[in-house]
Amino acid sequence: MAERHGGPLVQLTLWRVRELLREPEAVFWVFAFPVLLALALGLAFKNRGPQAITVGVVEGTADWVEVERVLGEADGIRAEALSAGEGARRLRTGRIALLVTPGEPITFTFDETREESGLARMLVNNALQEAGGRHDVREVREVRVTEKGSRYIDFLIPGLLGLNIMGTGLWGIGFGLVRTRKNGLLKRLLASPMPKSQLLLSQILARLVFLVLEVAAVVLFGIFVFGVPFRGGLIAFLAVVFIGATAFSGLGLLVAARARTIEGVSGLMNLVMVPMWIFSGVFFAWANFPDAMHLYIQMLPLTALNDALRAVMLDGTGLGGILGWLGILAAWGVASFAVALRLFRWS
Amino acid sequence: MSDLAISCRGLVKRYPPDVIALDGLDLEVRRGECFGLLGPNGAGKTTTVEILQGLTARDAGAVEVLGQTWERNGHALRERLGTALQETRFPDKLTVIEVLRLFRSFYKEGTDIDRALAQVNLQEKRNARVTQLSGGQHQRLAVATALVADPELLFLDEPTAGLDPQARRGLWDIILDLRSRGRTVLLTTHYMDEAERLCDRVAIVDHGKVIALGTPRELIAGLGAEHVVEFAVEDGMPSVADLEPLPGVRAVRAETSAMRLTVTRVHEAVPALMGLLRDRELTLSQLATHHATLEDVFLQLTGRSLRDG
Repeated sequence: MAERHGGPLVQLTLWRVRELLREPEAVFWVFAFPVLLALALGLAFKNRGPQAITVGVVEGTADWVEVERVLGEADGIRAEALSAGEGARRLRTGRIALLVTPGEPITFTFDETREESGLARMLVNNALQEAGGRHDVREVREVRVTEKGSRYIDFLIPGLLGLNIMGTGLWGIGFGLVRTRKNGLLKRLLASPMPKSQLLLSQILARLVFLVLEVAAVVLFGIFVFGVPFRGGLIAFLAVVFIGATAFSGLGLLVAARARTIEGVSGLMNLVMVPMWIFSGVFFAWANFPDAMHLYIQMLPLTALNDALRAVMLDGTGLGGILGWLGILAAWGVASFAVALRLFRWS
Repeated sequence: MSDLAISCRGLVKRYPPDVIALDGLDLEVRRGECFGLLGPNGAGKTTTVEILQGLTARDAGAVEVLGQTWERNGHALRERLGTALQETRFPDKLTVIEVLRLFRSFYKEGTDIDRALAQVNLQEKRNARVTQLSGGQHQRLAVATALVADPELLFLDEPTAGLDPQARRGLWDIILDLRSRGRTVLLTTHYMDEAERLCDRVAIVDHGKVIALGTPRELIAGLGAEHVVEFAVEDGMPSVADLEPLPGVRAVRAETSAMRLTVTRVHEAVPALMGLLRDRELTLSQLATHHATLEDVFLQLTGRSLRDG
């Protein structure tokens, strides 16, 4: 009937959508922030050409000028003439990878736990041995490639997408609900015949309206600015995004189920989100953590979301290949929605 | 159909560890009347209203609203009630009309939104954001969200708390208009003038109990006198026993720095008082008289002023 303007679910959803649209800060955090973050990190970790390794040559020793010249001409090394004291200091602070003290024998001083020092030792040794007359016995041909999908930015964009879906789900729903409770509005709604579950459902629906836009912003940015590949099917991708967003909306309802203050709910959100920022493979692969933790890490919703997004975007995995991750996400969503509805405080 | 809109017996509500908000409260509200719950802050008015609306659980007692109980007919009952709760803040970012559409959508049978808007005189704010409303306009919006339900029974919890006098009068006109249309209204207030002006009947509530019930006129008449004389002298107050025999004086109460006489005939009592003071060679420092109000009724019953809480 016309007087009801589409019924309570439509009106409740419109309320949340309007509130978000009319709040410029919210629009910034939802749309602009993830894109700016991707831009900053993308530029910082953009694949550069291989960088020369800096090594030091101690001045004033026998034939140090000759050694510096040989190293200066070698590929991949930059040589600097330094006093013995300065050389030792720079080595300690990591500004040079290796210190060469010419003489007989030539001394290499370096820290073997530093990866680039090991590399420097090899390059310096090769250059000096060749200059001294060593001949290579096998001929080598080099083919250099850069595979799209294996770069850091390709790893990063799906991670940022997952991070954004988690953040907007928790923030968008958590803060909104707690503010509504603080304003006495939840109690006022309870006094009306509004179906309770529809209030919670409308929070999730309003999230999904924005989800389409925020996901499109990050993905299109990745594709067009950094050439991140998108190899999977759209249906599999949308399934991951929607089920993931619903799971985090459920978690948002859960953290906001009882909190009466913005400070209270912020603390809970950090408790939920910070471990996942670290463990769930947003900025680096979770496989770097000890094996004993892997099972737990894989059960986290953000891990499942990130892994599924990477599988679809980078590996082109179809719907059948991501069902396990979707199952984990759906379980989080259903469980947190059910618990939130039970715990929910109306005043 | 019962002619009672609300009937409750022996309501008890405790807030652990040791607050007793309601201590056996009885109440009957008839259909078509505007009924006032009057009492100081903390008397248990809001708790009563929340229990009657099924928002707060009671520890003991029986409640019937519109002939139904919350246990059996909770959801159906909500369709028939309208409410303006104390301290509700509507969403800042929405406009007045959007808020009303939201609340209207909850009711199967409601009224036209524009009619509700007209009833609270808010048409010109139709498209204004909630942030742009004054305190009085926000409160009128709260009443409008109750009216869109086209309710059989309307709850107004402290509808004018914190408003300036002009905004209060605006709201009074709206409530008087509802009353003249025969709507049943239960309102709570700690303003005696509000209860006197708006309500057909009033229950005075203190410490979680009804301590007096009747029309404002009956309650004031119950004092046995229609006027109150308050005076103070510069030094040496006459005793209660000296004042009681004066003509027209019904009751005497000594306050910290003044005496308070409840009198039937001011024109006899005041000259007699002057005579007494002259004989004792006492000088008046203050003298005031007024028609007895519900405030005086409350003072008589509790020994405290309504505003003391």
